[in-house]
Amino acid sequence: MSSTSPVLASPSAAELASGVRSPLFTWWPEGLLASAAWLVAGVLTYAWPNKQVGFSDWAYTQELGVAFIVIAGLLLIPAVLGQKVDPITRTLRPAGPWLIALAALFSVWQLLTAKLAVLPAPFFAPPQMLIDVYAEDWRRIGDSLANSLRLLLSGYLLGAAAGFLTGVSIGWSRAIGYWVHPVLRFLGPVPSTALLPMAFFFFPSSWSAAVFLIALATWFPVTVLTWSGVAGVNRNYYDVARTMGASQWFLVRRVAVPAALPQVFVGLFMGLGASFSVLVVAEMMGVKSGLGWYLTWAQGWGAYTNMYAALAVMALVFSGLITLLFALRDRTLSWQKGTLKW
Amino acid sequence: MVALAKTVATETGARIDIRNVSHSFQLSSGPLPVLDHIDLTVQPGEFVALLGPSGCGKSTLLRLLAGLEPASSGELLQDDATITEPDPSRILVFQDPTLYPWLTVRDNVALGLQARGQLKSLGHRIDDALQLVGLENFGRAFPHQLSGGMAQRAALARALVNDPRLLILDEPLGRLDSLTRIAMQSELVDLWRRAGFTALLVTHDVEEAVFMSDRVIVLSDRPARIKAEIVNDAPYPRQRGSARLAELRHQALDLLGLDAHW
Repeated sequence: MSSTSPVLASPSAAELASGVRSPLFTWWPEGLLASAAWLVAGVLTYAWPNKQVGFSDWAYTQELGVAFIVIAGLLLIPAVLGQKVDPITRTLRPAGPWLIALAALFSVWQLLTAKLAVLPAPFFAPPQMLIDVYAEDWRRIGDSLANSLRLLLSGYLLGAAAGFLTGVSIGWSRAIGYWVHPVLRFLGPVPSTALLPMAFFFFPSSWSAAVFLIALATWFPVTVLTWSGVAGVNRNYYDVARTMGASQWFLVRRVAVPAALPQVFVGLFMGLGASFSVLVVAEMMGVKSGLGWYLTWAQGWGAYTNMYAALAVMALVFSGLITLLFALRDRTLSWQKGTLKW
Repeated sequence: MVALAKTVATETGARIDIRNVSHSFQLSSGPLPVLDHIDLTVQPGEFVALLGPSGCGKSTLLRLLAGLEPASSGELLQDDATITEPDPSRILVFQDPTLYPWLTVRDNVALGLQARGQLKSLGHRIDDALQLVGLENFGRAFPHQLSGGMAQRAALARALVNDPRLLILDEPLGRLDSLTRIAMQSELVDLWRRAGFTALLVTHDVEEAVFMSDRVIVLSDRPARIKAEIVNDAPYPRQRGSARLAELRHQALDLLGLDAHW
């Protein structure tokens, strides 16, 4: 431990030193620029009248303008005070360019839709319409999200557990490998979505069919990568444990599985991606709930803004799930060189 | 230190008999003989070095002794009992420390006790073993944080915690830098003298074999046969530069056909 602590400590020490030496760094120029950009976006949204296109005005326009101006004001605090509000400045500083870009994006979006109507409604809507949708339809979106998560997690956890067990068994036992490997090679590459019509026919409910397909989509990558992880374990790891009197069960549990874990997490990540796409397609095709269903439902009514709103929720939640998986991986594999964080 | 050593050490080392052992690998091109009629007896508590050119089959002999593989023909015995499977009384230390990277040093050392369900009754040995190799402050470190010498010490602690009666060393210092290597040769000899186990060292380093062991067995090229035996009567602790060791080194090099390079 003592060998790494100076390495871990050095960047922050250097930062502190540079901050002490040059008083210029006490404020944050980029933050000032970001604050100005959000002010422009806010004033533009608030003061520039919306272009009327034959139906009622966009709701929440002024509220959004005010919100942007508030953001501008909040950004002013770390920009001016800098190190006096250190934890905030330090977190925001790396995001500086993105904060500016986002303000610019919102401004352009606002101009092209509400202000100049270059992009035609109802296919395109200004950002304030998303607020409108969430305010009006939050209950249905929330329900859809809850249903999606329930379905996704049921299938994913089932598939991940099955994939892990299958992978360990075929990596460990030649007899099991003999029987399972051909099945894996034959069935694995078939996209789960291709089995959708058949599964809806075979299963008692479309929900259970979807759980099965999501599990199948997760199972394949988790199995293959767990298997390759177990098969690739350094043979000496087994010999060391065997000379010390380890049983077969001990070798699997304490040697093969931990050694294969980095690979297992790659499989879990790939399986998660696959499960998202099966989830959405299944919801669009047969399961009458969830975000995928909401998308087709909104499109059927021509409610394009609702579609965007649901997509935004989907992006946020799915990326959050992947972040969660990565956090779990970093915790579990904290022993790995490079991912070590404490 | 002596008191500590006792808690880790065995009462006596094992007696090893290798009787007419031959071994070959089954390759697709046919059998490849690696050991050719090896006959060797190692007395309890003796330190024997197996010296031979790289790839001559020394490591294979060690794997047979550890019970990791059965010999093609011949017999291997520990205290007159045939060796058929791995046993914690015979512990192998590899050239590579092969510490489990996902376990802390302490958990690595604890592995043997854990595997045999003795963690509760014999857990105190872990700290003794760490202290014995000078790693008492590194129990919570992960293997990748250790230097090569420290990692090999940790591997040694992991072996010693099992209280082996035979310690099988497969070029354990082969990957270390020369300074660490010299220091660890002396440390290993000290450990062996205090603990009293039987030690079998495979090496291709003449100086190391002569400095550390009671007896040097010189092996031929593959398939390995016993070419000669050099009894090293120099008393411990030994001086690297002594005339007696120089003479024995010369003798060993001569047997390996390297006399011209002396």
